[in-house]
Amino acid sequence: MNRQRLSLWWFIGTLLFALLSMLVPLPGVLEPFKPYWPALILLYWSLESEDRVTLGLAFVIGLGADLLNGVVLGEQALRLCALVFIALRFRSRLRFFPMWQQTLAVLALLLNDRLLLLIVRVLAGASLPPASWWISPFVGAALWPFLFLLLDDLRARLRIQ
Amino acid sequence: MARARDESSPLFAGNAAGTLRLIFYLALAMVLMVLDHRNGWLWRLRYGAAVVVEPVYRLAGLPAVGVRTLSVAFADRQRLTEQNQRLREDLLLANAKLNRMAAVAEQNQRLKELLDTQHSLELNVQLARVIGMDLGAYRYRLTLNVGARDGVKPGQPVIDAHGVMGQVKEVLPTTSVVMLVTDPAHAIPVEIERSGLRTVAYGSRDGDQLTLPNIPLAADVRVGDHLLTSGLGGRFPPGFPVGEIRSVAPASTGMFMVAQAQPAADIDRSEDVLLLHDQAEPDGPPVPVKSMGPPSDLAPVTGEAQTVPASASSAPSGKPSARPAPPGVQP
Repeated sequence: MNRQRLSLWWFIGTLLFALLSMLVPLPGVLEPFKPYWPALILLYWSLESEDRVTLGLAFVIGLGADLLNGVVLGEQALRLCALVFIALRFRSRLRFFPMWQQTLAVLALLLNDRLLLLIVRVLAGASLPPASWWISPFVGAALWPFLFLLLDDLRARLRIQ
Repeated sequence: MARARDESSPLFAGNAAGTLRLIFYLALAMVLMVLDHRNGWLWRLRYGAAVVVEPVYRLAGLPAVGVRTLSVAFADRQRLTEQNQRLREDLLLANAKLNRMAAVAEQNQRLKELLDTQHSLELNVQLARVIGMDLGAYRYRLTLNVGARDGVKPGQPVIDAHGVMGQVKEVLPTTSVVMLVTDPAHAIPVEIERSGLRTVAYGSRDGDQLTLPNIPLAADVRVGDHLLTSGLGGRFPPGFPVGEIRSVAPASTGMFMVAQAQPAADIDRSEDVLLLHDQAEPDGPPVPVKSMGPPSDLAPVTGEAQTVPASASSAPSGKPSARPAPPGVQP
């Protein structure tokens, strides 16, 4: 019981942490390199514990992110829903990919996510972003193996699901 | 446990229920987006959720504060001394300038009273701190640590020591969001200090510059010209530095010249900013002058009738920036 509760809190904690690190600013030079943390963490959890991550959860997290971020309400909800849907659909295969293949898959997912964001923004009347805007998915994919191993290791150490 | 679930998520085919759910959520998100885009619900919702949102903002700002504190803590004595010395010199210089300015300001005030305008040189400002936080949307926003409770209202101009930074866009109870002048969706009416040419400076999409896309081809604009707020439009008071022209080139259409300008304000580095409160007087386009004298259909010569209102309308609108009083006003 206690362990279950701990694991639930760990799950919620990582998601909240992802939202928070989305808001933390980086120095101006590093700004375009910031990965989209909520997507990475949600991806991890959708691969590792499928029963917790549903489209509804992705939607709620996205709404929370929108609320904090001050963009159009529903934008990140849409993106995260699409992301989690694809990840869950291909979960059984993604899980058993070797790490480099998994990283490539994550890169594709993140690029797809940026594309969605671009469509939404352009439809909302924003101008096209600069080229450096496309760096972020690559940084996210490059961080993925480390994030995955770190979270897996922590989970194993805490002995939680 | 895992085995039982494997049947619900087969290796290759997905189930229709999942797709339906996805479509439902996507549709919901789109409806939300459209409604929010039309009605601006988000900010009302945010205002309601401020109890939750604002602590998160402060929390997210902590790393930036920490870095700042650390940099002060570990700055060596030498550098602090140097900085102190430099600040002292700056202060001395500023004070000297102020003393000289005081007389000029007084004179200006008197002349303006004579001109019967209410523009005053005094600033009613409020100091605010920037909360270091990333608001995502192409980073053209800032968060300040003052909000509705401190009397901040949307539309207030925000300046720093060097020039105009932007304007308050949205207000939460104890924080507010500033739209920077470099935001592509932002436009600020400016005039070129040297020639008095009035135009509009837009934010540029690649970040840290201002674009002036519609300067007449014949206009006298040079690299290095300073831009001041013109006060037209009524949002920004006249006479604040906005930027400096960096390049001028003919537009691709060949109808205008396009200039790029560097913002005067330290947009990336400012930690403390000033909020201007004094925007009581709507300083928009001058009130149309009532035609004096007989109605125009009774006027004998059209040429004369047009020159008189034109000269009458230019006097009360008054160039906002400090210009010497027209000789005719002297008693």
